[in-house]
Amino acid sequence: MLYREAGQFKTTYAEDMAIFPIRQDRIALAVLLGIAFIGVPLLATFHIWPFGSDYLLWAILLPFLILALAAIGTNILVGYCGQISLGSGAFMAIGAYSAYKLVTGVHIPLAWLSFAISIPPLPVFASILLGGLIAAGVGILFGIPSLRIKGLYLAVATLAAQFFFDWAFLRIPWFTNYAPSGSVNAPELNFFGLIVQSPIERYLLCLLLVTLMALLAKNLVRGNLGRQWMAIRDMDIAAELIGIRPLYAKLTAFAVSSFIIGVAGALWAFVYLGSWEPLAFSIDRSLQLLFMVIIGGLGSIMGSFVGAAFILIVPIMLNLIPAELGVPLSTETIAHFEFIIFGSLICYLLIKEPHGFARLISIGKEKLRLWPFPY
Amino acid sequence: MPRIARNALILAAVVSGAVVSAPAAAQNEQFIPILSYRTGPYAVNGAPYANGVADYYNLVNERDGGINGVKILVEECETGYATDKGVECYERLKSKGPTGAAFINPLSTGITFALTEKTATDKIPIITMGYGRADSKNGAVFPYNFPLLGTYWSAADIAIQHVAKELGGFDKLKGKKISLLYHDSPYGKEPIPMLQVLAQKYGFEFTPTPVTHPGVEQKSQWLAIRQNRPDYVLVWGWGVMNSTAVKEAAAVAYPREKMIGVWWSGAEPDVTPAGDQAIGYKSLMLQHGAGKFPVHADIEKYVYAKGKGSTDSGKVGEVLYNRGVVNAMLGVEAIRKAQEKFGQKPLTGEQVRWGLENLNLSEARIKELGFDGMLKPIKISCSDHEGTRDGRVQQWDGKSWKIISDWYTADEPLIDPLVRDVSGKYAADKKIQPRECSKES
Repeated sequence: MLYREAGQFKTTYAEDMAIFPIRQDRIALAVLLGIAFIGVPLLATFHIWPFGSDYLLWAILLPFLILALAAIGTNILVGYCGQISLGSGAFMAIGAYSAYKLVTGVHIPLAWLSFAISIPPLPVFASILLGGLIAAGVGILFGIPSLRIKGLYLAVATLAAQFFFDWAFLRIPWFTNYAPSGSVNAPELNFFGLIVQSPIERYLLCLLLVTLMALLAKNLVRGNLGRQWMAIRDMDIAAELIGIRPLYAKLTAFAVSSFIIGVAGALWAFVYLGSWEPLAFSIDRSLQLLFMVIIGGLGSIMGSFVGAAFILIVPIMLNLIPAELGVPLSTETIAHFEFIIFGSLICYLLIKEPHGFARLISIGKEKLRLWPFPY
Repeated sequence: MPRIARNALILAAVVSGAVVSAPAAAQNEQFIPILSYRTGPYAVNGAPYANGVADYYNLVNERDGGINGVKILVEECETGYATDKGVECYERLKSKGPTGAAFINPLSTGITFALTEKTATDKIPIITMGYGRADSKNGAVFPYNFPLLGTYWSAADIAIQHVAKELGGFDKLKGKKISLLYHDSPYGKEPIPMLQVLAQKYGFEFTPTPVTHPGVEQKSQWLAIRQNRPDYVLVWGWGVMNSTAVKEAAAVAYPREKMIGVWWSGAEPDVTPAGDQAIGYKSLMLQHGAGKFPVHADIEKYVYAKGKGSTDSGKVGEVLYNRGVVNAMLGVEAIRKAQEKFGQKPLTGEQVRWGLENLNLSEARIKELGFDGMLKPIKISCSDHEGTRDGRVQQWDGKSWKIISDWYTADEPLIDPLVRDVSGKYAADKKIQPRECSKES
């Protein structure tokens, strides 16, 4: 009754091709963005419930936004182009460490050429974007095997990227500017003279970047490139026969995906962690991102957000619930319960809906359309 | 639709969980968070430590009715030794209680690195007793970090002093080979710069050998050690890595007497899984060792006799349990010190920081507290957040740890230039204006 597009006529091509063709969807999105951009900062500024402390911003919303961005990147590669990747964590690390190197200045002495490559320290914003671009370049490099190998074998090849970069960032002291402990510190977050310091500022910065990148990703996957990716995903031989170049399609998917993941990695390091070590981008991170994409829904931008929320927030809530209800359980028991319940929730969800939350949302929309007179 | 109904039920469960209400807190309580890990590959070492901490806070509440009448309120949060979970726990607990967290105690060098900047902004001291950033000894640059009783650089120096003593003098170190088998994380990497300084000074050959987290895979490292035949192997491990190292040493027949663990690689869970293979293994002591002291009698009387203990009483007095007790005691004494200045009420982190910086426990006071024989006097100051840098060496005889050495004191003039360098670099990176310690009261 409420959710029905009857009577919404499209009179121009632009309207027909809109991202959200249904008015109710547009309203819902506008409300959501309004809450995110205006509501949350306002509540947080005046410390109104549930923003009494920084906890919600720092420990939930900030990591959620950044990991959702990384999940979008992973989804482009895995969900849209069908190239299974276990190396997302490595690409986050590349984004983070490249941005760190660029922001502190790069100096590579090439003694045998009596010449040195020197890049002066770059501003933070440029470093983050360039970090993403470097990740894209490395992504293309590690995407080359995808032209020959598929499926699980490709997953193993990307796993190699994961282990290689884990090793590189741990063992090559140049990447960490010879920090004795191997742990590096993020620079001051100076964006065009604006210093991002408080949790609200950090949140807004990430929100802005995530919104822009999600819009970019959404438009890419709706366009020519996205259709090529999906054609390759659905049947690569058929795609090749109708004139899609696998080389171009696969490598662009690797590049775009790695770029987004790289930017997310730089944000994770600079904006969220502030000080990090390679363990922050270990294989666990790659698997976490893959789970987000699978649970959220392969081939869905919206699903990336929902998947990220599920994987990140449900364990924290499972951990908080007993204490809030006043159940006297030891932290050990709670931690074990967290694993058990969360694991069974994932199993249940995947058995009931193998296509993840994105499919649940679209089923919900269908039902809503017919409501209250289902047939 | 049953399926929709079921899905809705899940959704409802998820949403209802989001409604988190703040529990009402009594006003005369000092909140202290406990970041612990009782699950995962480091649980064997994390759990006894957390039990010691919890039991001592309980003891203060049960025996003395709190710190000068201010009851201690604790909440534990499981970090699993993971940095991101540790940060989440810190954010969750930092503003609980009437005045927020008194101090934070992450028991992880990785989490310490991640929290160093946050705690300084939030004005909550971070106590890293025997771990953490070695350069944070310099309180001028790190006003909120307190690596009490010993940093890894002190530990490295003490270990080398002991090696020199076994060899018969510092001049005998020349040309010897010493390997460091370390956990490949900030924790394991911290001692490397100090060992390099020592290697240069005494002329021994130093080889660092990293072990990847969590440390159950060490075959190739021990093969390399067997080929290289170092005279000593220093072990900087944690959790399962320690017992694995002992077992692997036995497998390549490397003498356990030539292995010296840091004070985090010298507790019961590190040697008991290796059985007889561990006999002869040595480790540093962060002043105290295993065993029971007057304070344990109180813990048994006031905590365990009332059924409020957090472990079975047989484990009271283990090395890491004792370390938890010592750690909790130092925190409590810092609060007591701060109460002298700010009044007998719940204090903020900033006020407790003053208490920590002015903490001064004399031998008499330590005896009064029941820690006689566990600790030496400790005095913290603005320029020295470590307080004391003494250690001994113990050896496992198959049943218990035996103290085999006298006290060593780390060579401060040797360590200080490194502290100044590294902390100075941090200050420059972060644009911190170091305090002038001579002007602090």
